[in-house]
Amino acid sequence: MTGPVTPLIELSGVTVHRGGVRVLDVSSLAVAAGETLGLVGPNGSGKTSLLLTLATLLGTTTGTISFRGAPVATRRDRLAYRRRCAFVFQEPLLFSGSVADNVASGLRMRGMGRAEIARRVDETLHRLRIDHLRGRAAQKLSGGEAQRTSLARAFATAPDLIFLDEPFSSLDANARESLVADLAGTLRETGATAVIITHDAQEALALTDRIAVMERGRIVADGPADDMFNNPVSEFMASFAGMETVLVGRVASTRGGAAVVDVSGHAIETAVAAEHGSAVALCIRPENVSLSVGPARAGARSSVRNSFPARVVDVYRKGVFFKVRLDCGFPLVSHVTADSLERLRLAPGRQVAASFKATAVHVIRK
Amino acid sequence: MGIFLDGIWQAFYLLVTLDPEVLRITLLSLQISGSATLISMLLGISSGAAVALAEFPGKRVVISLINTGMGLPPVVVGLFVTMFLWRNGPFGFLEILYTPVAMVIAQAVIAVPIVTGITIAAMQNLPPNLRLQILSLGATRIQMVWILMKEARLPLLAAVMAGFGGVISEVGASIMVGGNIKGFTRVLTTATVMETGKGNFELAIALGIILLLLAFLITGVLTIIQQREKRR
Repeated sequence: MTGPVTPLIELSGVTVHRGGVRVLDVSSLAVAAGETLGLVGPNGSGKTSLLLTLATLLGTTTGTISFRGAPVATRRDRLAYRRRCAFVFQEPLLFSGSVADNVASGLRMRGMGRAEIARRVDETLHRLRIDHLRGRAAQKLSGGEAQRTSLARAFATAPDLIFLDEPFSSLDANARESLVADLAGTLRETGATAVIITHDAQEALALTDRIAVMERGRIVADGPADDMFNNPVSEFMASFAGMETVLVGRVASTRGGAAVVDVSGHAIETAVAAEHGSAVALCIRPENVSLSVGPARAGARSSVRNSFPARVVDVYRKGVFFKVRLDCGFPLVSHVTADSLERLRLAPGRQVAASFKATAVHVIRK
Repeated sequence: MGIFLDGIWQAFYLLVTLDPEVLRITLLSLQISGSATLISMLLGISSGAAVALAEFPGKRVVISLINTGMGLPPVVVGLFVTMFLWRNGPFGFLEILYTPVAMVIAQAVIAVPIVTGITIAAMQNLPPNLRLQILSLGATRIQMVWILMKEARLPLLAAVMAGFGGVISEVGASIMVGGNIKGFTRVLTTATVMETGKGNFELAIALGIILLLLAFLITGVLTIIQQREKRR
């Protein structure tokens, strides 16, 4: 990012208290024009509070919000600012009336002329591919149709900035997929800046340029989406990025410059250096864990491979793969194909050997 | 049994022939209770919406007081309104005791808490994020309140109907502050009390039937509203 460019929106020193508890504490956050920022984090980490704060829908205890470099301070500022923004909640929250009425609602609030409203409503309905629903009663739509209408209502006012709070989490997979694609297209075409809360890695990959990870009301990591997925800096982000195994341990020794980590009495080799005795989290993608039958070569001389005897805890289907949960004295997750499942006769209680390369272990220093 | 059959027969005769006395009493009832309902609608919906939407200390206490007010005994209201309007009471100079105006006031006092209480419940029943959604679309405060009321319009209608039902059927306050003066402050309920006392059952039954029809109409509309709400 170029330095002197004023961000579209900027928070500084914002804290929010609810019932005497601090629910949000963000010292600074800036979103550049055209950027899509993803907010991820465990439940109760303050994602929704941050989003509502950005939209000036939540009273802050301290701090300022600036839009295009100017503070949003007075009630008049807030109204003007909100008229440049839009917010889509998890539930569609449609008004009674037709789909077209709903899409027109923001425009009517702005006192726009009838012809202009009609033109914008047409355009937005078309963009979100719900022209055919125009006259339908909003309360009688399916979940996907209703959320499309909610998105259309948000985009009808041509916002500079759109906030989305898990907009697709209550939809089925099909409706979700097509809606994510349409949202991505709409954001691209309109050039709108967006901040989106998501619990879904696919969604985050499809939509965001940048990801901020929240924990206990704070932003604990913030960076380009690709980096966050490839080199997660927090345990939450690691599991969000699909590294289903996250193990916490201590660096016990070093071998050839790489740390060997003690995890509940088991030595796991890594390919990175870390200070002796320091606490680390190890993250392993399930597709990098391979299973075999026969004796495990525990403590094998081969320095690139970790191998442990493991007991199958359970097996269930996950898309085209089967997810196998293992107990090696520490929990481990592996993804196997239907073919391997059959060949290794994997079933709960079965003894196997689980192995993964030292380079497959992602280390987070704590 | 003759007393019932005769009474009912006579009552239908009075209703079908549009007996001028019955007609006058009915119209006056509708006028007085209608005015009181209109007042309670204006005061009750606005104050109910204000209480429901505002955050202030003691909000729960206020709401529980209003809910208590929904069950104000009409005779107690009649007593206090009479005292206020008594010749040497604080508002005695208005000289409106034993007039329809006094009855409208007393009935409004009864209906306002009913309308307010149901309005609060209706507004609080809306999805909690709806208000934020409306504000996020760029609504002014007035636009926000207007849209919320539109979304709650059926329960708000129910609130007004309940208020009307409460006052059209009450007798205690009306008789105390109105005095049941023939052709001036005599309404369905006060007339029914008096005619029953005098043993004029046919007229009392005729008036009772009208009251029943009104009650039926109100509960009918309320039921339709409730059913429609459920379907959403």
